[in-house]
Amino acid sequence: MEPVVRAEALVKQFGELRAVDDISFEVRRGECFGMLGPNGAGKTTTIRMLYGFSPFTAGCLTLFGLPVPEEVRRVKARLGVCQQEDSLDPDLTVEDNLVVFGRYFDLPPARVKARAAELLDFIGLAHRRTARVPELSGGMKRRLMLARALINDPELLILDEPTTGLDPQSRHQVWNRLEELRSRGLSILLTTHYMDEAARLCDRLVIMDRGRILVEGSPASLIRRHVGSDVLELTDPGEELRALVLREKLPHEDLGHRLVVYWEERGELFERLSRDYCGPGCTLRMATLEDVFLRLTGRELRE
Amino acid sequence: MSRLSASLRRLLRVWQRNLTVYRRNWKISFLPPLLEPFFYFLAFGLGFGGMVGEVPLGEGSVSYLAFLAPAIIAISVMGNAFYENTYASFVRMYYQKTFDAMLATPLSLAEVISGEILWGATKAVLATALMLPVITLFGLLRTPESLLLLPLALLGGLAFGALGMLFTAVVPTIETFNLPVFLFITPMFLFSGTFFPLENLPHWAQLLALSHPHTHLVQAARALSFGHWDESLLWGVAYLCLFTAIVFPLAVSRMHRRLIR
Repeated sequence: MEPVVRAEALVKQFGELRAVDDISFEVRRGECFGMLGPNGAGKTTTIRMLYGFSPFTAGCLTLFGLPVPEEVRRVKARLGVCQQEDSLDPDLTVEDNLVVFGRYFDLPPARVKARAAELLDFIGLAHRRTARVPELSGGMKRRLMLARALINDPELLILDEPTTGLDPQSRHQVWNRLEELRSRGLSILLTTHYMDEAARLCDRLVIMDRGRILVEGSPASLIRRHVGSDVLELTDPGEELRALVLREKLPHEDLGHRLVVYWEERGELFERLSRDYCGPGCTLRMATLEDVFLRLTGRELRE
Repeated sequence: MSRLSASLRRLLRVWQRNLTVYRRNWKISFLPPLLEPFFYFLAFGLGFGGMVGEVPLGEGSVSYLAFLAPAIIAISVMGNAFYENTYASFVRMYYQKTFDAMLATPLSLAEVISGEILWGATKAVLATALMLPVITLFGLLRTPESLLLLPLALLGGLAFGALGMLFTAVVPTIETFNLPVFLFITPMFLFSGTFFPLENLPHWAQLLALSHPHTHLVQAARALSFGHWDESLLWGVAYLCLFTAIVFPLAVSRMHRRLIR
């Protein structure tokens, strides 16, 4: 089956800066595809290229089998885009935000009206129909952005950091809605720098850094491949422990006051370390996507 | 042809967005155009006009208020379109991210910008439509000739809307609009044959005034109001058409340079 997005060797150059540096990926129909990366990895730039906002410098891009930028108008008619920044219309009511947006897609007024009512129910904002946007909370605004992106009944939903800046309750609300949409068969592409979000929502993902794709796969396979099954975080490691880890060639990271050891699988050595060296403050846990992310993109601050 | 009409339909969607907002606040928006003529007539008719008497115009002469009336409409056309496509458009573009949201839909940037300029012109037409009956009540406009001021307001609105949008495309901050307002709008308000005949200016200043679109808008409006079908009307309209034909696409292309990266 034709993938909904096929990007081949995409490059975006801003003067000296190569924001996106030769990336290729596919989004398959019905899946949730994630783009992870620290700030400045090129996620937002990639998304902007997908809907024709940013012309790309080199490469080849098709959505629904249609080439971009040549057929970008037809592509955009079948896309829902939820941008990172709040771009809701503060001059309009909650309902009019959906209705006016629906007009841009040239949908029949009666259908837009019905669809808007349906979507307000879906995001739990039917009771705030006549409220003005500035009266809404951050979580409500994000849900309204989501509803607005769905007004044209898109085949692909693009979300740029859908839960950044939200409180935990609002994040879970958004996740529930997205899971519901995915279960209905909607294809989703999202960017995030929250690993729990990616692990929970994404069928497949790529981790990007400095404009390149580092790895690609399902969350579970990436964790298995790049970290293993378990992680032991030992506090204030002594010389003896350090020597042991080096001698046994255990995959690890030495953060000074903290030693992070990665395990392919539990074994005799694992038992010994967790028994003899695991004092107060020591953590034994399952490997997560965050471990993969930090191992691949490093721990130093960006920007 | 069908591409053009589809594009026009999409452009009207942008226009319609602004109309939807306008209709929510129409009571406030209606007031200035209705009251403005009163303010001008009070200041210049009672306070000032008595000292002036008749103003020579064409073969004969007219009262100062009659001389002033078409200029008030021209000023309002310039102001409504220019301010809509500078301050108001800038707020939508920069602070509200309205254009960004629109560009994720089938709308193109050219359609968004054209819709915005058409809206600026529409506000100029609306203001004119509201002022016409008020000024007519004072017996200062000839009906039905003065109805032609409406299409003229559309043309003038497009010219000043496009000019405003061009500034919006290049200013770094909203405060920067003070500069074009001071350098263009204020002189055009004062020196384009609005409050006194252009002929009273020294020759070089007349030429300078004639290079500004507002002078032509005032002359055309005055010619229409008195039913003078002379060449100043023809030149005025021709100038405004040419001005719009140059500035409109320039505004779109500069906006492209600003927003699409």
